[in-house]
Amino acid sequence: MSVATKNGRSRRSLYHSKGRQVDDQALNDIRALLGDNPRRRDLLIEHLHLVQDHYKHLSAPHLAALAKEMKMSLAEIYEVATFYHHFDVVKEGDSAPPQLTIRVCDGIACEMKGAHDLIAELGRSTGADVRVIPAPCVGACDHAPVAVVGQRQIHHATVGSVSEAANSGNILPEIPTYTEFDAYVAGGGYTTWKDCLAGQRERQEVTALVSESGLRGLGGAGFPTGTKWGFLDNTPKPRLLAINADEGEPGTFKDRHIIDSDPHRLLEGVLLASWAIEADAAYIYLRDEYPQSREILLLEIARLKHEDLTGGIELHLRRGAGAYICGEESAMLESLEGKRGLPRNRPPFPAQRGLFGRPTLINNVETIYWIRDIVENGGNWYKDQGRPHFYSVSGRVKNPGVKLAPAGVSVRQLIEEHCGGMEDGHTFKAYLPGGASGGVLPADKGDVPLDFGSLDEFGCFIGSSAVVIFSDEDNIRDICRNLVHFFEDESCGQCTPCRVGCEKMLKLIDAPNWDTELIRELSDTMRDASICGLGQAAPNPVLSAIRFFGDNLS
Amino acid sequence: MSTPITFTLDGQEVEATPGETIWEISKRLGNTIPHLCHRDKPGYRADANCRACMVDIEGERVLAPSCRREPTAGMNVSTDSERATKARNMVLEMLLADQPERQVAHDPDSLLWKWMDKAGLNKSRFPAHANTPETDSSHQAMSVNLDACIHCNLCVRACREVQVNDVIGMAHRGAHSEIVFDFGDPMGDSTCVACGECVQACPTGALMPAAVLDEHQVHAGKADRQVDSLCPYCGVGCQMTFHVKDEKIQYVEGRDGPANENRLCVKGRFGFDYINHPHRLTKPLVRKDDAPKDSTEKLDPANPYTHFREATWEEALDRAASGLKTIRDRDGSQALAGFGSAKGSNEEAYMVQKLVRQGFGTNNVDHCTRLCHASSVAALMEGVNSGAVSAPFTAAKESDCIIVIGARPNQNHPVAASFLKNAAKRGATLIVMDPRGQGLTRHATHMLQFKPGSDVALLNAMIHTIIEEGLVDEQFVQGYTEGFDDLKRGVKDFTPEKMADVCGIDADTVRAVAREYATAERSIIFWGMGISQHVHGTDNARCLIALSMITGQIGRPGTGLHPLRGQNNVQGASDAGLIPMFYPDYKPVTEDGIRDTYERQWGRDLDHERGLTVVEIMDAVHADQIKGIYVMGENPAMSDPDAGHARQALAKLEHLVVQDIFLTETAMLADVVLPASAFAEKTGTFTNTNRQVQLARQVVPTPGEARQDWWIIQELANRIGQTWIYTHPKDVFAEMRLTMRSLNGITWERLEREDVVTYPCDSDDQPGHDVIFTDGFPTENGRAKLVPTTLIPPAELPDDDYPIVLTTGRVLEHWHTGAMTRRASTLNAIEPEPVAHLNPYQMKEMGIGAGDTIHVESRRGQVELKARVDRDVPDGMVFIPFCYHEAAANLLTNPQLDPVGKIPEFKFCAVRVKPVAATVNAAE
Repeated sequence: MSVATKNGRSRRSLYHSKGRQVDDQALNDIRALLGDNPRRRDLLIEHLHLVQDHYKHLSAPHLAALAKEMKMSLAEIYEVATFYHHFDVVKEGDSAPPQLTIRVCDGIACEMKGAHDLIAELGRSTGADVRVIPAPCVGACDHAPVAVVGQRQIHHATVGSVSEAANSGNILPEIPTYTEFDAYVAGGGYTTWKDCLAGQRERQEVTALVSESGLRGLGGAGFPTGTKWGFLDNTPKPRLLAINADEGEPGTFKDRHIIDSDPHRLLEGVLLASWAIEADAAYIYLRDEYPQSREILLLEIARLKHEDLTGGIELHLRRGAGAYICGEESAMLESLEGKRGLPRNRPPFPAQRGLFGRPTLINNVETIYWIRDIVENGGNWYKDQGRPHFYSVSGRVKNPGVKLAPAGVSVRQLIEEHCGGMEDGHTFKAYLPGGASGGVLPADKGDVPLDFGSLDEFGCFIGSSAVVIFSDEDNIRDICRNLVHFFEDESCGQCTPCRVGCEKMLKLIDAPNWDTELIRELSDTMRDASICGLGQAAPNPVLSAIRFFGDNLS
Repeated sequence: MSTPITFTLDGQEVEATPGETIWEISKRLGNTIPHLCHRDKPGYRADANCRACMVDIEGERVLAPSCRREPTAGMNVSTDSERATKARNMVLEMLLADQPERQVAHDPDSLLWKWMDKAGLNKSRFPAHANTPETDSSHQAMSVNLDACIHCNLCVRACREVQVNDVIGMAHRGAHSEIVFDFGDPMGDSTCVACGECVQACPTGALMPAAVLDEHQVHAGKADRQVDSLCPYCGVGCQMTFHVKDEKIQYVEGRDGPANENRLCVKGRFGFDYINHPHRLTKPLVRKDDAPKDSTEKLDPANPYTHFREATWEEALDRAASGLKTIRDRDGSQALAGFGSAKGSNEEAYMVQKLVRQGFGTNNVDHCTRLCHASSVAALMEGVNSGAVSAPFTAAKESDCIIVIGARPNQNHPVAASFLKNAAKRGATLIVMDPRGQGLTRHATHMLQFKPGSDVALLNAMIHTIIEEGLVDEQFVQGYTEGFDDLKRGVKDFTPEKMADVCGIDADTVRAVAREYATAERSIIFWGMGISQHVHGTDNARCLIALSMITGQIGRPGTGLHPLRGQNNVQGASDAGLIPMFYPDYKPVTEDGIRDTYERQWGRDLDHERGLTVVEIMDAVHADQIKGIYVMGENPAMSDPDAGHARQALAKLEHLVVQDIFLTETAMLADVVLPASAFAEKTGTFTNTNRQVQLARQVVPTPGEARQDWWIIQELANRIGQTWIYTHPKDVFAEMRLTMRSLNGITWERLEREDVVTYPCDSDDQPGHDVIFTDGFPTENGRAKLVPTTLIPPAELPDDDYPIVLTTGRVLEHWHTGAMTRRASTLNAIEPEPVAHLNPYQMKEMGIGAGDTIHVESRRGQVELKARVDRDVPDGMVFIPFCYHEAAANLLTNPQLDPVGKIPEFKFCAVRVKPVAATVNAAE
């Protein structure tokens, strides 16, 4: 492609236009794959998925052809394709990945249950036609360790069960049994929504009920939902709703549980919320680790349209591509627009300028899940129930899983009353109250109520209520390393405190003796100066380890 | 909404205008907060990613980036709280951990090191990143050292949002984030067009001009001084700062001129070293007695001594002048002609036309505007009695709909193109009409690749649509135009349906773009030589004028007509009267009253008739009417159509005086060659395409015995009987102001102070008018004249013998005939040899591979050159740039003239194309 010149600088081919040329065959391939799909830029990630799914990788000629077809620049395509874990960009001279990929979850719950050994053993035992790679939390912590063969999750994975799946070619997602449309309607579903459509309810009434219920954002921030909806008042139309189904916080799997068991309760909530804030369209951004949930939603949204029940509200299902950061609401908006998932600086807030620059309400799956029941039963009903929500409990308990409990439940109650106690032979030592971000607390803080704000004094928070239980068998340093490594891997790289901070933090905690003074200084800046919650919270596990386990870190 | 708000900044009550950020307010008050990713320059959005500018806002959980954050009323902000200061310093310390040591820093004076110094940081407590990227020196002009990269994203914004070249991206993520070109390709192999905006924006030295770095990639040896001047190349008129070391230009940077807002292109930024080329003429030369002129002989510009000998200035000037004088006195004034240059200053242009009119006594004076926009100017003079643009190209900022027709600004006006792309990104409708695809295509909402030469069919179909569909601005037409009924009758038969086959664009598309243009709130039209360089060039321009008039898309912000002027001073040279039919300010030479004024001022009778134009002068030489020519800075041997014919004319002359900086193809045929000053060696005023009169300042001295052009012209004038006593270009400028109303309000002193003033300008203390025709037109009745047009086919259509259409033009890296840019080391390294562009399917059909030598032949000449694959070229066409002396495209072109503008048809002639191997085989 280039030749050397006298001054040693290479020179491009003079007999083509500058840069990469579009290959006609590749262009035909891309046109065939895209079919009649619009070539809009916000569909870039969807289009990349089409190519990745079909060819199992993204070759440079295909990417160049896609750029041409979408009237985008090469760099714009490349930077998006290389941002997301689930895309394999293969340049000239590089070998394409094998047809089959096995992702072994190395999230904290799976690591505790031997993920690393599993990766190593699978690496030894599988052939060249299979690739075994570690993957961040796949949201099945209650079945740890987990491997994903193609798109099929193998729970309590062993070398045997994983190899068997790989060899059998059974690599499509397993669709769980869930409440389908008819059953949902039979149980009274969509009655409320039909009432709204029939003019028997007022928009303000619905919003008022949500405010009254005390419902708070269950994606992790805990912001009062009614207040958030209120921000859309008096904003220009058209407005949009975006549903955050990019559940990536390690230890969290409640949204998966909702979609995989009762998808219509979510969809009715989506319609109610869209209607209440007068949004024309709702976008559901679903993490790519949940292919079975995607199948369910595609099917059930189609059914809703078939039943003519969408009330004119457009429902879009968009697919993430393996990036924790896209669970950050503004990064999710960027990803919905087909870009890299970089969190936005605020202000402006999404309610002012959100998706495609339009006023946007962003809610988590579970938040929206509760809307139907609140509208039907009243705001006070939800409050009187103690603001129940789902806790994802994993780790060293007998019966891990999604547990419905009121806000303010303690971890001891969760262990004893919901999870059948600790695993045999394990003594409760510590826990994560809120996934990787919420800090680490010792067992002696096991009676503290778990609610928004209740852990502030310990420098911790419950976030998405992902509770991971550790025992005397678990090493706090290893846990810290797992969590910081996760943040380092998932930092979008946009701002210095997070990009450089996570990388330096990992180096600092890899040292035999921690320079706690420097760690504190670094943490302060990460917390004070990072653009988004990822960088702000990334030092939490280390800070709480120093605070509560300072004596046994070595 | 725009009422100021009050807030507290570091304990002080401060007032802020809405939209102002805390960083800007703080800077305004004398406290510049540290910043790395924020570039406080036009076109750069604050991105707030480096976090070096964090401040403390009372009541907020975390710190806020001051570069982005706007205060609200009552807010309490401290820039100097312990928390904010610590965070800012910690950010710097984090970045420092991964930087090369100061001693080997690529740019030890970078913004990054400046802030490290201010923070007192020279060492980081953090362990370094394991990854150290290697130097990428694949590009001729720039070096990439990503070990100094802080991922601030400025280069991405520079490339994507400011210049919109879209080459640089940020790939991967987290600590693996990496600046990439295209797909992570070496910069030199990428689609990079080397505008260098990234180099200018980079705050660390990770991206730098290759020329300033030593073998260790360190910038040692800072420049001694800076001089603010202009770019020597196109009509955009970029302001730039030259950095000079040891009296040589080290590098240049863009300045915040109204036309460029700090932007430059590859030519301006990296094309300055031609002035130091060994071919540079440094001594006067006279032709040897035993060296006859041969129009087909190629001299070696490095060694003129085969045909010339050195002379003293006295001898050379005497010989030059006496040759001209002898012809004048023997054969009369009409036996002489003079060519000035659109590359010279306004003062030089004025002096050349004065020399020819006063000294030679003829109006046979012209310059290359004849070859560029003569037809546009003719149509504009006829229609609105003003040849200049109605609005600057930066009006695109306010436009809702932009038409670009017959212009390829990405190559020819790259900085202007960047403003058009900015507008498209903002959401303006961009309609591109060009037989070839081009750089703007990807940004266009509509791309109309019409059949070459069918402009009138396409444009009349648009006019037809607008009239037929009732989209005419009746009020404007009634108030400000005449001839509408004739126009209406004229376009009656030009239905889009009928024209679809003629122009190759379907009727629906034509109607759609006509509606967009007519109904948008603000529409503007840009055009270039694809419109003007045709035998129907004047008609093409008439159509564009009609389009804007019947829709009232002129005279308001964001609207207008803008012929993109090619040379840096083609506007000014024309204004200064360097054209055969006009005195300065387009005053007709045939009008007695006007001539009287000049006769009084210049103290002699002046020629009553219009003079001959460029191509006509060459014909007159062949006809034995013209015997002596004086050429200042032009190269007709390369730039004229049917260049073989032009070269024969030059060789035939009894006396040819050429004043230039190199031994051009024209100078090779001269009797006397006078070594002149390059752009960076002179002071003068230049008028860009936007009517902005700007001051260029001398940057470096002339080499050897080369002299200032104004001095040479004056010496010649005085040797043929004049008594000129100019001591400086400003004396000439002062004289020009006596008769040129266009220079009203523009004094030399004002230009020295302000660098630029737009004309027309009401007074010394008023800014000029960017947008003109705001209330009618400068015609006798204040109305614009609408002129209907008919279909005139190109003069030479393809046939069985010559089946391919040849079109000519420029490439990004080379300027005009290549005299300067082929000698600019970086530019010539990027585009070092002649190439002909063909599309790959056509090449396949003809059995031509990429890089094969092909033979291109017209009825007038032939050239051999390599073939380049270019998907923008339609079937049945070959494009050849005219900058290559080795394969001069103009040996092939057709000298047929537009009857009104007298411009040749450079954009269309018939040729045949064959692979050379095949030719050889056939011969055997």
